[in-house]
Amino acid sequence: MSALHIKKGATRHSAYNLRPNFSDVQERHTIAVLVENEPGVLARVIGLFSGRGYNIESLTVAEVDHTGHLSRITIVTTGTPQVIEQIKAQLGRIVSVHDVHDLTVEGPSVERELAMLKVVGDGEKRVEALRLADIFRANVVDSTLTSFVFEITGAPDKIDAFADLMRPLGLAEIARTGVAALLRGD
Amino acid sequence: MTREMTGAKMVVQALKDQGVDTVFGYPGGAVLPIYDEIFQQNDIRHILVRHEQGAVHAAEGYARSTGKPGVALVTSGPGATNAVTGLTDALLDSIPIVVLTGQVPTFMIGSDAFQEADTVGITRPCTKHNWLVKETDKLASTIHEAFHVATAGRPGPVLIDIPKDVQFANGEYQGPKPSASHYHPTVKGDMQEITELVAAMETAKKPVFYTGGGVINSGPAASQLLRELVEATGFPITSTLMGLGAYPASGDNWIGMLGMHGLYEANMAMHDCDLMINIGARFDDRITGRIDAFSPDSKKAHIDIDPSSINKVIRVDIPIVGDVAHVLEDILKVWKSRGRKTDSANVAQWQAQISDWRKVNCLAFTQEGKTIKPQHALARLEELTKDHDRYITTEVGQHQMWAAQYLGFEDPNRFMTSGGLGTMGYGFPASIGVQMAHPDALVINVAGEASWLMNMQEMGTATQYRLPVKQFILNNERLGMVRQWQELLHGERYSHSWSEALPDFVKLAEAFGAKGILCSDPADLDDAIMEMINHDGPVIFDCLVAKHENCFPMIPSGKAHNEMLLGEAETQGVIDSKGSVLV
Repeated sequence: MSALHIKKGATRHSAYNLRPNFSDVQERHTIAVLVENEPGVLARVIGLFSGRGYNIESLTVAEVDHTGHLSRITIVTTGTPQVIEQIKAQLGRIVSVHDVHDLTVEGPSVERELAMLKVVGDGEKRVEALRLADIFRANVVDSTLTSFVFEITGAPDKIDAFADLMRPLGLAEIARTGVAALLRGD
Repeated sequence: MTREMTGAKMVVQALKDQGVDTVFGYPGGAVLPIYDEIFQQNDIRHILVRHEQGAVHAAEGYARSTGKPGVALVTSGPGATNAVTGLTDALLDSIPIVVLTGQVPTFMIGSDAFQEADTVGITRPCTKHNWLVKETDKLASTIHEAFHVATAGRPGPVLIDIPKDVQFANGEYQGPKPSASHYHPTVKGDMQEITELVAAMETAKKPVFYTGGGVINSGPAASQLLRELVEATGFPITSTLMGLGAYPASGDNWIGMLGMHGLYEANMAMHDCDLMINIGARFDDRITGRIDAFSPDSKKAHIDIDPSSINKVIRVDIPIVGDVAHVLEDILKVWKSRGRKTDSANVAQWQAQISDWRKVNCLAFTQEGKTIKPQHALARLEELTKDHDRYITTEVGQHQMWAAQYLGFEDPNRFMTSGGLGTMGYGFPASIGVQMAHPDALVINVAGEASWLMNMQEMGTATQYRLPVKQFILNNERLGMVRQWQELLHGERYSHSWSEALPDFVKLAEAFGAKGILCSDPADLDDAIMEMINHDGPVIFDCLVAKHENCFPMIPSGKAHNEMLLGEAETQGVIDSKGSVLV
């Protein structure tokens, strides 16, 4: 499957990859959507996913260009190649959407997520939590005599692994930002 | 050009600048300033409907019959929620309409104010795009953008929600600026794909054109180019319900509508073809039947302006994203430059095969006895009206399919029907919209009595504006299509599929100040139809027809194109449990 890059306003359409790939294999794709920063735009994108029954594994959104009124939505989704192509085409036809990039096929890309984990405990468990945090390059951003809040940045599976290790050590709460991603190179 | 004026005045000015001559609407508290401006001018005609759903369907009828966007104006809250069905209908059938809704003043939004509803929230999934305008300075540019979005690319409904304080406040009026929008969908097809399609056309032994509403939406040039391409290649052509009229029903290569109630020859040709050229259709489930048995041996090309239509349902071999007229022009250019080749010997054989299928005569019926068969009623209506400047609208159900089967459409924009959403109650208000756009034409709404009653209040509109719309009701005192499915699928248990309290339609017409005609005897039918045509005013024609007639041919749920039912004898136990869950 080659790259799909929907450039709205283009005079030729060969940017679309419409040759079908009808495999039944579930694929995980990271899609970056550049949207007009206006009220309701996130609802349009989320409504598309819920209305048509697509999956959202992770979604992040923030303004990235204040003067151009553009926000970037990064969506991690799963589906068969046909569903992934539909998701991109459906996103592309939302009027407020300027650009759709499938980072998974346009890649390679870097993906990062930030998480904060509250670990409550004392004694040996507390020491072990701090030791593991050091190995994972997690920072302590808050501490009491019986708890830590760690901040960790990395690919989602690194955060999964860290959370798994913290669970028996008293993991009380976790907050994750969802994935932000960019293509490598220039 | 900028001028200072109130938001309400801006709305009227922007509509004028967009070339709008007719608005269908219903006033209410949140749109009073706009109605006050409408009162003080004469350029835009406002048609007072009797229900907001009627306003939107009328705007749809206006749009479908003219190719120009239709406009509706309704108030906040219930006005907006009543518009939702029409918006969804227009979305599914890609009809360009602009709906203006009033809203409570900005400082009251979110307070559960009187007649407040989250209109942009409610209509977000049933519009192509919508806007809540909070600043008067942005109102005019938003309206201009709305007209652009409604008509550019794949057309569709848009909605602008205008709070009452924005209507009262002063702001700078902006005239239309064509380049202001970032929304400019691709219209020109990829030449490489087009060349590949032409190459496939040159060698195809059993080609078929499968055309849809996209041809009509693309404009009159698209229909003209389609006719040229079909005549030049000699390939057979079928169409969806939405595409009827793009190619004339009297044309040599016309093989009739396809799909669930399509013609035998059209569905057989779709099943057996080796090259399917889909032009502006979307492989709807009413068309494909069972997906895994859909035209198994064909190479498929798909021309559509909306990339999301391609490979959504059926995998295609040659995808072409672009506007139908642009792409057809390029196909013709390339095909001619390569020497106008087709495999004429094999195509002639294919046409002969189609002629054999045609001999099945799948629409045959026998009119006998003292009861009018619905098919007969439509065959007579066709015979007596086909030479008129005629526009047909329909409601939804058996009568709609019979209208598609028995009426011939020679030109685009002549057949207005709710295809995608299947909205009962569409046809009557749509006929009002069509008649407004074509005051001298013969506008007939082919209806069933059940559908028609869903928006019967619009009789008030028809008589108030002296719109001579003809309501041709095939009255079987049943929800005919529901009854047919209950017969085939639910053991003939006719749960709630008839009305025990139908009105006297002649008296109903008279109560509204219109003319009513009752016809129950086949011998009187022609005279009664002529009386309807010749009456200068709205008519309700109550045509009492056979009560248990089923609509054939029919591809039963879960079956393939070559497993059509042609008549009553074939209907026993044909739909299995898997098929019965489909609608």
